[in-house]
Amino acid sequence: MSIATVSNNDPMMSNSHSDDKGLSSKHHIRPQRILYHVIVMLCALLMVYPIVWMVLSSFKPTAMVLATSGQLIPTHWTLDNYFNGFKGFAGTSFFRYIGNSLFISITATIGTIASSAIVAYAISRLKFPGRRILFVAMLLSMMLPAQVLMVPQYLWYQKLGWTNSYLPLIVPYCFAIQGFFIYLIMNFIDGIPRSLDEAAKLDGCSYYGIFFRVICPLITPAVVTGCIFSFMWRWDDFLSALLYVSDTERYPVSLALKLFADPSSSSDYGAMFAMASVSILPSVLIFLFFQRYLVEGVSTSGLKG
Amino acid sequence: MAIQATVTQSGGMPNPPQSGVKFRSHGRLIRFLQKEKVAGVVCSAPFIFGFLMFLVVPLALSLYYTFTDYNIIGEPRFIGLDNYIRMFTKDPLFWQSLGVTFFFALISTPLRLIFALLVALLLLRNSKISGFYRAAFYLPSILGGSVAVAILWKQMFAADGVVNKALGLFGIHTQFAWLGNESSAIWTLIILAVWQFGSSMLIFLASLKQIPSELYEAASVDGANKWSQFWKITLPLLTPTIFFNLVMQSINGFLAFTQCYIITQGKPRNTTLFFMVYMYDESFTRYHAGYGAALAWVMLLLIGIYTGVLFLTKRFWVYDEEA
Repeated sequence: MSIATVSNNDPMMSNSHSDDKGLSSKHHIRPQRILYHVIVMLCALLMVYPIVWMVLSSFKPTAMVLATSGQLIPTHWTLDNYFNGFKGFAGTSFFRYIGNSLFISITATIGTIASSAIVAYAISRLKFPGRRILFVAMLLSMMLPAQVLMVPQYLWYQKLGWTNSYLPLIVPYCFAIQGFFIYLIMNFIDGIPRSLDEAAKLDGCSYYGIFFRVICPLITPAVVTGCIFSFMWRWDDFLSALLYVSDTERYPVSLALKLFADPSSSSDYGAMFAMASVSILPSVLIFLFFQRYLVEGVSTSGLKG
Repeated sequence: MAIQATVTQSGGMPNPPQSGVKFRSHGRLIRFLQKEKVAGVVCSAPFIFGFLMFLVVPLALSLYYTFTDYNIIGEPRFIGLDNYIRMFTKDPLFWQSLGVTFFFALISTPLRLIFALLVALLLLRNSKISGFYRAAFYLPSILGGSVAVAILWKQMFAADGVVNKALGLFGIHTQFAWLGNESSAIWTLIILAVWQFGSSMLIFLASLKQIPSELYEAASVDGANKWSQFWKITLPLLTPTIFFNLVMQSINGFLAFTQCYIITQGKPRNTTLFFMVYMYDESFTRYHAGYGAALAWVMLLLIGIYTGVLFLTKRFWVYDEEA
């Protein structure tokens, strides 16, 4: 597979090819350069406009959201939408949904990363029969997307009696079924010198000890990247919540937001945008603070972020 | 994992034996677990179990259900090939949703990759604010899959939405309902997909920076201008990246669900009915789970064929690093 493996090169942060013309242009600004910045800046603003619009609209009085949709900055700032939004539905506060989402995302993430790390160690470092087959299985699980499995998995979980619970949203992830994370950590382990393992082995460390005492402390960056992706994907996951969670009280945020968007419920656009803004907050914060890890993950795997 | 941890500890420091026999068998077990082969299997056990239990078994089981009439609640009733016969001969919605999905995936993926490449080329030039530019172009792909953006999109393209207001600024005053029109509705979803080109852009940026600058220097010594440098050096060296992204992202396109489910629900008149949404409706709102499973298997097969065909075309246009 010709996967774009470019983990060292970090396009978001590194300005390694520093601009040699940067200094001289201070005194002698070329029109070409201005044109470049005007065009790129306009495109960049156009890209983020919808999101900025949504966030700012959530601070407008709800009756004004649609009436003044052409206007970006609210004339009257208000927090009413947030108070109304957090009231939630039928007595269930929106905080409850956030709690549900956090519980699902965090447990599934810990399970995924812990199991993927040990599996990655086995495939990347240990020689055992069936290792190559496992590698192929891992690639297969990377290519098999969750959506196409929705009916097969639903029918299986139905047989297991897992429907209408959080189990399908958490348990499978604890068994490293997302090959992406195994692959991500494997890539990283491959970069750790084998001499470290051998030294530990000479000191009497078992193969399990090597994983816990040598590999684990060294793979932190890959683990952080994996946690970030897993958390964001679980947080945004709509389909499995739609399939397996039917109790309104147990809804995660993604499903609760859908309630605002339903034509049957009252169309309180202000509250809807307020809660939508709250729901993207974790991803935005991760984006702001962990950009480097995100970029690394995207570039190593060539997968969609 | 708890078991392995205790094994490690007792492996280093054996507990005092309670009885000779017990100690011997205990020690033998530890020695057995310490073998590299055994350790390998033990460490990969979670994946072996998960892969079988949550991927292979459900898929195999559902293959059986494709030959049954199954309403989820009752018992499956064997009906042979009826589901497949119905799909291919008596179900116009199957063909409709297949057409819509392929149209969506085959338009949005190349467009997304073209935008990603163009912007990556633009951002290759470094300046003090290129960090900001990259962040701005990348942000939509972080948020694009969320329900929040889906409901935002629905509002933006409404008759009194932002898009029409923005057109008003350019003197085009319209109350056009983008989502209500049979030919424009699908394009709102395509625009949403193309808008999320940020992650491909990052991948292109990373690959572009890996192209050795000597190649360009040599080319300009030979008198090649920027334009032919792009076509003769940059693009050929990017083809492996383009290929991989084309495969992965069009597969994702075939399987798009959430955005369609929330924004259009297939309306108007099934012109935006995605295959996955149709499969969901058949299985979980009309309770034709056997038929739904058959739809899933047909899609799996189609994706397999599609990927296979793309791999066959590979040697005609993808630059081979080993060659």
